[in-house]
Amino acid sequence: MAELSKDELLEIYECMQLIRTFEDRVSGLFAEGKLPGFVHLYAGEEAIAVGVCSHLTDDDFITSTHRGHGHCIAKGVEINPMMAELYGKETGSCKGKGGSMHIADVDKGMMGANGIVGGGGPLACGSGLTAKVKGTDQVTICFFGDGASEQGTMHEAMNLAKIWKLPVVFVCENNGFAESTPVGYHCSAKDISDRATAYNMPGFTVDGTDFFAVHEAAGEAIARARQGEGPSLVECKGFRYYGHFEGDAKAYYTEEMVADFKKRDPIGKFRQGVLDRNLVSEAELDKIDAQAKQTIEDAVKFAEESAYPALEECLTDVYVAYA
Amino acid sequence: MSKINVIQAIRDALNEEMAADERVIILGEDVGRIGGVFRATDGLWQKYGDNRVIDMPIAEAAIVGAAIGAALNGLRPVAEIQFADYIHPAFDQIVNEAAKIRYRSAGGFHCPIVVRAPAGGGIHGALYHSQSVEAYFCHAPGLKVVAPSNPYDAKGLLKAAIRNPDPVIYFEFKATYRTVEDDVPEDDYVVPLGVAAVKRQGRDLTLLTYGMMVHESLQAAEMLDKENVDVEVIDLRTLLPLDRETILTSVRKTSKALIVHEANKTGGLGAELAAIISEEAFEYLDGPITRVTGPDVPAMPFAPTLEAAFMPSSAKIADAARKLAAY
Ligand SMILES: Cc1ncc(C[n+]2csc(CCOP(=O)(O)OP(=O)(O)O)c2C)c(N)n1
Repeated sequence: MAELSKDELLEIYECMQLIRTFEDRVSGLFAEGKLPGFVHLYAGEEAIAVGVCSHLTDDDFITSTHRGHGHCIAKGVEINPMMAELYGKETGSCKGKGGSMHIADVDKGMMGANGIVGGGGPLACGSGLTAKVKGTDQVTICFFGDGASEQGTMHEAMNLAKIWKLPVVFVCENNGFAESTPVGYHCSAKDISDRATAYNMPGFTVDGTDFFAVHEAAGEAIARARQGEGPSLVECKGFRYYGHFEGDAKAYYTEEMVADFKKRDPIGKFRQGVLDRNLVSEAELDKIDAQAKQTIEDAVKFAEESAYPALEECLTDVYVAYA
Repeated sequence: MSKINVIQAIRDALNEEMAADERVIILGEDVGRIGGVFRATDGLWQKYGDNRVIDMPIAEAAIVGAAIGAALNGLRPVAEIQFADYIHPAFDQIVNEAAKIRYRSAGGFHCPIVVRAPAGGGIHGALYHSQSVEAYFCHAPGLKVVAPSNPYDAKGLLKAAIRNPDPVIYFEFKATYRTVEDDVPEDDYVVPLGVAAVKRQGRDLTLLTYGMMVHESLQAAEMLDKENVDVEVIDLRTLLPLDRETILTSVRKTSKALIVHEANKTGGLGAELAAIISEEAFEYLDGPITRVTGPDVPAMPFAPTLEAAFMPSSAKIADAARKLAAY
């Protein structure tokens, strides 16, 4: 914690709070019937995206998942186009073509949320290979869920990253469930990070609700990658507040589990931690909370006032277009 | 008889086949305790237990591959792929193992698996919850491919598929799941694989379709009826092997063929249907074989306006039928 400046701490808090506020608002909008399609919310996992991405610049790359809003915000994707994308509006990050599950942003090194579980692993290797071939110090982060860790592509990717000694960090977001299936059932390993041993790369399990734990482990893994020391696997154990998708009946959550989530809230913990150490003031944090609310309200307004894409857009972006 | 929807029909078929034959097992993501994301297997784990209704990790190649192996050793597995969009990790197992094992073992091995996969758009699912991927599998001899449009066929075709000694890919159009209801007999029956159904008799034009598009096509036929164009609507039901006799008999009668599917046009099932008709009924034709399909774009776009632009509709079908009928 010591090496983070006050400004950095405030920025980190702001980013986590923006994610949370975005997700809570999206949950409400979905319930009101304003958003078409499916949304998978990231609330509860903020410390992971922010703990990892706070080490990155726009030149670094990330691959994301179906639960990608938090990764987008932490990687610097603008909020207004994100919200508009969820509405399917022409001002969206992807002109309304992709929706919640497919937000991508070239300028921010956000290779895309991904509707295919396990789709990002090999892509991250390819991105890492580019950095290696070109001799840049870019790092690629592959975010994936506990469920995704059973998909063949993830195993192929981790093996490849090691034999090619790629600047890739695999960040497993273990929130305990793949849809309704508990990790204890679907996973052969005690900890998913144990699998790093088989790929002969460093592997760690950290508390994914503790920003500082994630930040430290990810920082070391990213530094190794930047220095040409190859890939690592960082497993972050946490939870998601909402169901698998909005509308999920959550029959697999017990009351005790939900009560425990509240105790482990990553934002609450961060807030308490920095206040206890007198690193920032309560007023400063409250101001950020209010700003986050305003930012999200502005985004909702922006999205609602935007138009739907014209029908012809259905046929564009299939192949490159030369102006 | 009782009035049920498509999802109930599928569940009833699974339940009845599991009760009748203990070799029938189910494997898939979240199919057990939760009963599947679309509730197709609701209550079956409670009734048949861990050994017969098996929750799977997210690993489609392993879901289908394990089903194939179990089939080779004597079970009759039904594998559920949560959305047809996620069948591709299993493509190799389906096309290189299931489809080829009988041939390569010179008839030694049977591979009686069913792979169920919810397909199609119209539910705002965007790129990876809307695909219609049937054409890939129709190009693989050794497989059978079915695509029911209504509860009666859904139940009868699934029972036939489970009892069939060869691998069957069973596409369910999820837009029909809760929107289409039928009176379905409670007694055991099957709908034989490879047999199409004439849903509406007509003189002027043959409309060939399947899945959700059967309903849009029937609506289009009603619209044209008011304009004195009499459309014969055929629900193909089985896409591989095609019921050539029903198709060709109808086209020889009406002299015109309109093909409708949601999947994109290039290399789609419509191309095969058009080729069969030109090869076998060319001299009967009075107009160009016409296709109304999804556009050749990589997948379903998300925005509601764009999804509407993608999907064939009764209005688009009626337009095409009108033009064709005018020849
Ligand atoms: C190849 C593939 N199979 C299945 C799905 C359906 N699906 C979407 S999310 C999900 C669960 C993912 O679990 P996990 O990787 O743990 O991520 P989490 O949802 O917990 O963030 C499943 C099965 C999919 N999108 N892609």
